[in-house]
Amino acid sequence: MSGLRILVPIKRVIDYAVKPRVNKTNTAIETNGVKHSMNPFDELSVEEAVRIREKNAAKVEDILAFSAGPAKAQDVLRTAMAMGADRGVHVLVEDGVEGGELEPLGVAKMLRKIVDEEKRNLVILGKQSISDDSAQTGQMLAGLLNWPQATQAAKVEMGADDMVTVTREVDGGVETVKMKLPMVITTDLRLNEPRYASLPNIMKAKKKPLVKKTLEEMGVDVGRRLKTIKIAEPPARKGGDKVEDVDGMIKKLKELGAI
Amino acid sequence: MFSISRSTALRQARTSLRQSQATTVPHVSSLARLLSSLAVLEQRDGKLNTSSLSAVTAAQRLGGSVTGFLAGSSVKAVAEEAAKVKGLEKIIYVENGAYDKGLPENFAPLLVENIKKGGFTHILAGNSAFGKNVMPRAAAILDTQQISDITGIESEDTFTRPIYAGNAILTVQSTDDIKIITLRQTSFAPAETEGGSAEISEGVDPKAESPTEWLSEDLAKSDRPELATATRVVSGGRGLKSKEEFDRLMPPLADALGAAIGASRAAVDSGFADNSLQVGQTGKNVAPQLYLCAGISGAIQHLAGMKDSKVIAAINKDADAPIFQVADVGLVGDLFDKVPELTEKLKA
Ligand SMILES: Cc1cc2nc3c(=O)[nH]c(=O)nc-3n(C[C@H](O)[C@H](O)[C@H](O)COP(=O)(O)OP(=O)(O)OC[C@H]3O[C@@H](n4cnc5c(N)ncnc54)[C@H](O)[C@@H]3O)c2cc1C
Repeated sequence: MSGLRILVPIKRVIDYAVKPRVNKTNTAIETNGVKHSMNPFDELSVEEAVRIREKNAAKVEDILAFSAGPAKAQDVLRTAMAMGADRGVHVLVEDGVEGGELEPLGVAKMLRKIVDEEKRNLVILGKQSISDDSAQTGQMLAGLLNWPQATQAAKVEMGADDMVTVTREVDGGVETVKMKLPMVITTDLRLNEPRYASLPNIMKAKKKPLVKKTLEEMGVDVGRRLKTIKIAEPPARKGGDKVEDVDGMIKKLKELGAI
Repeated sequence: MFSISRSTALRQARTSLRQSQATTVPHVSSLARLLSSLAVLEQRDGKLNTSSLSAVTAAQRLGGSVTGFLAGSSVKAVAEEAAKVKGLEKIIYVENGAYDKGLPENFAPLLVENIKKGGFTHILAGNSAFGKNVMPRAAAILDTQQISDITGIESEDTFTRPIYAGNAILTVQSTDDIKIITLRQTSFAPAETEGGSAEISEGVDPKAESPTEWLSEDLAKSDRPELATATRVVSGGRGLKSKEEFDRLMPPLADALGAAIGASRAAVDSGFADNSLQVGQTGKNVAPQLYLCAGISGAIQHLAGMKDSKVIAAINKDADAPIFQVADVGLVGDLFDKVPELTEKLKA
């Protein structure tokens, strides 16, 4: 196997445990003062990259973490470095400056550029961001690069001759595919259990290189194609009705026409 | 080129409509003439996957002509079956075993060539494992920003979709000439399989190489209704404690109701149930007539996958569990007593 030069794109999102709120003007999700973290699927990507190095010591040349987003995206890059990434690239994109969040196509185009500049041969991304739930970026990047893709990976095995075997989560079960580097992988929840960054590693991560770039420096067209018309609360369910016992449950279900 | 002039005409029609009635959304039917949609249909071992017919329903709501697309080995017979689907005017099929497994590396270029040739304005597929894998790749090749997992259509360019695990509904307008869309299958009932008489023709086959080799699959086999389309679902969570208990309590309850079985992520992670049964933001979306769950707390990520069920019933020993906030019928109690009792009484 040739040397692996891994790229791990990560996104800063509202923490998964927080219930997001729509703002008063129905134009955005309230982010002020809300806890943010690394997108959970991206933690799996970082973890997988680090495990590939641990299992194939000599073969991983380096692990580069990348994030495009507001200044605070650097926090998640530092987290990735504390988990084991070697260095980071941050492209500063202030929220709302481009008329909202970056879209998957724009991010994929930036990633293509990074792949070229940094001579990457393996990109590991999360299968979706828990904010916009689009689940597109990895596939788009693979399409732009014309590389093979293994999405929703539950198991990744690096083999000889640059061949990689991936078990994917599909409807009704799993399927296994085999492909050659360079390639794109997107991670599913069952791929691994991300480690916590230890305090010494957090300290070390502060000294790892982090390159900051502007969108202009990236020179990639990330103009939005989708216009947000509005963001609304979903219709509320009127739940909360309790019954005393199993008989009450059956009676109520019959009344509601459910059985 | 035909496709370019067609989309330019559409764009002009759209612009002039917007200028003349700036505040109203253009009515779908006024543009219908210019619309032509391609519904990407799925097949497996020579059988049409009927849940993929949701794409036909969504395409019909857009207005305009609807063409179905199929590819694989011996797909001609499937094309003939699909020709009877109500609402389809045309079927384009490409017969080539290389497309049987829906590998994105060759399926996306195949789609792109047929989209270009047919000058389609809207391409729709289910937000299934296949649709999620292939459509964004095709969108990137076409330099188009896909719109994922739509649950509603407001006009030919404006769609609604859930974001943040269903905690918000985004209405979004696409400015791309070609709209690539995946749709939530529970929001668009599959088109009827009878009553249509579509014209069948062969598509173009670019025969792109697939660098990916498909090795094997392991699909959970079950005689029960399919989770995604079942009218009733019973679902178990961490409260079931073990695989043994899950298998002892949930299948009889499912049988008593003729229901499919689902699970929370905690149940799946603990090995109580198969991965493919996970309901939620990152598992399956279901919207049955009845969703009856036991031992599930109702985390945001779980609710994302079942909140649109007609009736929600929950059994949980914690009266404050968030699941009760959405449940139409809540029973506070120990599931190890309540589930068997319920099963017996339903059978009686
Ligand atoms: C990125 C991400 C994606 C996720 N995606 C999903 C997803 O798609 N689907 C999903 O389900 N989760 C998902 N999760 C996990 C989710 O956050 C919750 O952890 C999970 O749903 C909890 O499962 P549970 O309700 O079974 O377990 P718990 O939250 O542990 O709840 C168990 C419940 O059982 C009750 N109970 C225990 N014993 C009994 C008894 N004897 N009788 C009655 N009741 C009892 C308890 O009171 C409790 O309410 C995701 C998490 C992340 C971070």
